[in-house]
Amino acid sequence: MNLAPHLPALQVVIPLIAAPLTVLLRRRSVAFGVALAASWAAFVISILLWMQVAQSGTISYAIGSWPAPWGIEYRVDRLNSFVLVLVSGIAALVLPYSRASIEAEVSPQQHYLFYTMFVLCLTGLLGITITGDAFNIFVFLEVSSLSTYVLIALGRDRRALFAGYQYLLMGSIGATFLVIGIGLLYLMTGTLNLDDMGQRIASVQGTRPILAALAFITVGVSLKLALFPLHQWLPNAYTFAPSAVSAFLAATATKVAVYVLLRFYFTVFGESAVFAKLPMEEMMLLLALAGMFAASTLAIFQTDLKRLFAYSSVAQIGYIILGMSFDSVSGLTASIVHLFNHGVTKGAIFMLLGCVTLGMGGTSLARIHGLGKRMPLTSFGIVVGGLSLMGVPGTAGFISKWYLLLAALEKGQWWLVFAIVLSSLLAAAYVWRFVEVAYFREPRKDTENVAAMPWLMSIPTAILVIAIVYFGLDTSFTIGTATDAAASLIRGRP
Amino acid sequence: MLTPEQAIVASMVVPLAGALLISLAGRAPNLREAITLVTSVILLGVVLTLLPVVLGGARPQVILFSLLPGLQIDFRVEPLGMLFALIASGLWIVNSLYSIGYMRGNKEAHQTRFFVCFALALAATMGIAFSGNLLTLFIFYELLTLSTYPLVTHHGTEKARDGGLVYLGLLLSTSTLFLLPALVFIWYIAGTTDFTVGGILADKLKPGELAFLLGLCVFGIGKAALMPFHRWLPAAMVAPTPVSALLHAVAVVKAGVFSVVKVIVYTFGIETLALAGASHWLVALAGFTIIAASTVALTADNLKRRLAYSTISQLSYVTMAAALLAPLSLIGAVMHIAAHAVGKITLFFAAGAIYTAAHKTEVSQLDGIGRRMPWTMGAFAIAALSMIGLPPAAGFISKWYMLSGAMDAQHWLAVSVIILSTLLNAGYFLPIVYRAFFVLPPADPHGHPHGEAPLLMVVALTATAAGTVLLFFFPDVPLALARQMINP
Repeated sequence: MNLAPHLPALQVVIPLIAAPLTVLLRRRSVAFGVALAASWAAFVISILLWMQVAQSGTISYAIGSWPAPWGIEYRVDRLNSFVLVLVSGIAALVLPYSRASIEAEVSPQQHYLFYTMFVLCLTGLLGITITGDAFNIFVFLEVSSLSTYVLIALGRDRRALFAGYQYLLMGSIGATFLVIGIGLLYLMTGTLNLDDMGQRIASVQGTRPILAALAFITVGVSLKLALFPLHQWLPNAYTFAPSAVSAFLAATATKVAVYVLLRFYFTVFGESAVFAKLPMEEMMLLLALAGMFAASTLAIFQTDLKRLFAYSSVAQIGYIILGMSFDSVSGLTASIVHLFNHGVTKGAIFMLLGCVTLGMGGTSLARIHGLGKRMPLTSFGIVVGGLSLMGVPGTAGFISKWYLLLAALEKGQWWLVFAIVLSSLLAAAYVWRFVEVAYFREPRKDTENVAAMPWLMSIPTAILVIAIVYFGLDTSFTIGTATDAAASLIRGRP
Repeated sequence: MLTPEQAIVASMVVPLAGALLISLAGRAPNLREAITLVTSVILLGVVLTLLPVVLGGARPQVILFSLLPGLQIDFRVEPLGMLFALIASGLWIVNSLYSIGYMRGNKEAHQTRFFVCFALALAATMGIAFSGNLLTLFIFYELLTLSTYPLVTHHGTEKARDGGLVYLGLLLSTSTLFLLPALVFIWYIAGTTDFTVGGILADKLKPGELAFLLGLCVFGIGKAALMPFHRWLPAAMVAPTPVSALLHAVAVVKAGVFSVVKVIVYTFGIETLALAGASHWLVALAGFTIIAASTVALTADNLKRRLAYSTISQLSYVTMAAALLAPLSLIGAVMHIAAHAVGKITLFFAAGAIYTAAHKTEVSQLDGIGRRMPWTMGAFAIAALSMIGLPPAAGFISKWYMLSGAMDAQHWLAVSVIILSTLLNAGYFLPIVYRAFFVLPPADPHGHPHGEAPLLMVVALTATAAGTVLLFFFPDVPLALARQMINP
């Protein structure tokens, strides 16, 4: 049987089948094996899909052979093949890492459940990204969200339960808003297929239900992507979740939500509608700037590294939204490439923080005094990640910042140029907090016996740290794909 | 023999490989130091193979890869970069000798890290010197900041941390706030960031915009220490003296003024700037920096602090001479990069030797020290002459060109700044020499007798002092390179 035409379906189906298998098999090493195989298969498939799309254009796959507007269509183009690679790639690295990491952070009888939830979450995120159907997005969003709540609550700290609960409340509100928005769209256009919707919407453009749908979807998705000031759930979730979960979520969950926003704005509503009828541009700009400055400032005053970098995530999401608000090819390129670059950077940082948790017994700034002496390589890795957050050349972050600045200059907005570089100085300030504690304080006595890092943790982490530098030097994959994706989103204007 | 293209790549690979080997040889200090010395000699050899090629008029180029579509990591050797690379690699050898003496003499900790970072900083310096476009220069400029940071904070104390914070903070924030937007803007306006003879901005911007962009560039290049962004330089003096010597007399600060000259000549273009009159403000600001920094130096009692402010003032000579846009003053600017490098490194070497041998750091403690350390203070005196601009030292030639250029341009403000600052320079250097040789040492019952610093240090500072004099008698190479830069 030739599997190649069915790759889009397999992308989601393989992890979906792996999830119940891990429950049935129960033994944690077997469950681990199944989950690992599923995540690596997903990664290979995503690469194959990306190559296929790069060669021969958009792939449309009809689930169950029901043709497009009636059946569910999986649609892979430049944009979502790129996001698929990010999501499955991070999963393929975090999964082996998690085996050793959850050893210390999750009680052993729950390990198989961890793997179940992990692959379910992966299924959900991949499903959201690949599907061309609005209601399907909602379904997969719920799959990923429900499993995420469990994953967060698995943390041993009792506050993890509360963090999971908080996210559940906020996430449910977000999902409800999204489904109301989708319902309104269905009401007005009579279709759930995103592309079809994008074409039919022209006749009802500007009507009140459509504007309401736009508002509902914007708020609902913004909750999921933690756009300032809807970010309240994020710092707790990232701080108290097990390290492997923080790493996976920080690198993928919010990024997929950003993708959903891009998809609705540009494929369904058509950006002319989004940006012409409402002052969306100004609103996004304002919220993005507020996020960039407020969250970065908050990050400076955190006393726990996980929390510090969680606030940094909120700030970095501001950059992504800022790029969208420019409504230009360079702006969107900046958004899309930063979605990827920041995913890689934050994934690496949270994986490193997992190593710190294991080695030093925690990530509070008071505990990690002298980390540079105790764990020199890990510490150096965090510095590299920090440089990428600041946008220092030679790291992935620089590439994103370059396009963001270019987009601002194209609009002739010099004040925005300075706002962007100023906010990266705030990033420098919170990274400095780490450097100061790690390199200029004497290590504490009780952190003398640093456990050796298991290679299952150190190798995936190292790969991701190297990726930060690699994507800062060779941009043919990232910029090449992002520019194409941005151009196709803009060209889709009705 | 290396082809010019291989030599360009080797100039960065050699110090990088050196850094790797030094870190591997950390357990065996003698081997480690031998690697440092051998690496520095090989580097100079590699750079020297490029000299005849560049003097012959060729401009060898290496394009490594595209960082962004249409924007390459690009190296091209032109006369100015050639000179900078020569100075940095040549003085690295002397500095390595001196560092070995200093680090061992003072029993410093973390010596391996020290020598590794030094080699990395040199690799970054070579990248700056040979960069073929502004993007490449920017990348290596930032790498130089980052690789020298561990050197500045070498002692790991509170004071070192604070100094390092000012150093890193000011250099990173000026380059991020000003140079990066300027870089993106130049790319947006000109569609290229290549260093091209005659500049790339002709007829593209209004005079006001040109002046604004020039401001972004020169303030963005914080390493040139133009006021008000000069504070990092005195702050970085917490570093061990060899660091101050190479980095704050040669690599870092010269990377600053080198970049300023390079941007003025090859990005803006002399004629474009002259036509728009966009650099008058820079002449005035650099002039102000010269006078203000000299005045501060006059009042500083700490020897290294005095030298730091003297550096700030001398760097602004280069900036001012370049901003005058007159051919003669530009030659003076290039010559001054060379002259100040050998002179100032001698002064720092002497300060470190005094600290190592006598544990003295203040000018007021130096009474009669010339009798105990004749070589050191003799070298100091020669270098001081060069700073003031008196023959027979290299500083005389560069000042002569700058003064002639300023007169040609009939820029009387610049002329008076040069004359006034010469007096100030004499005012803060000559008293030190006078104290050292002509004031009797105080009767100090607790004083311990000391002679010269360790031999390696004395050899190094004598060599650079000799270099200062030699550069006066044989200024042909720098002058030829400078002329080539003006008339390609």
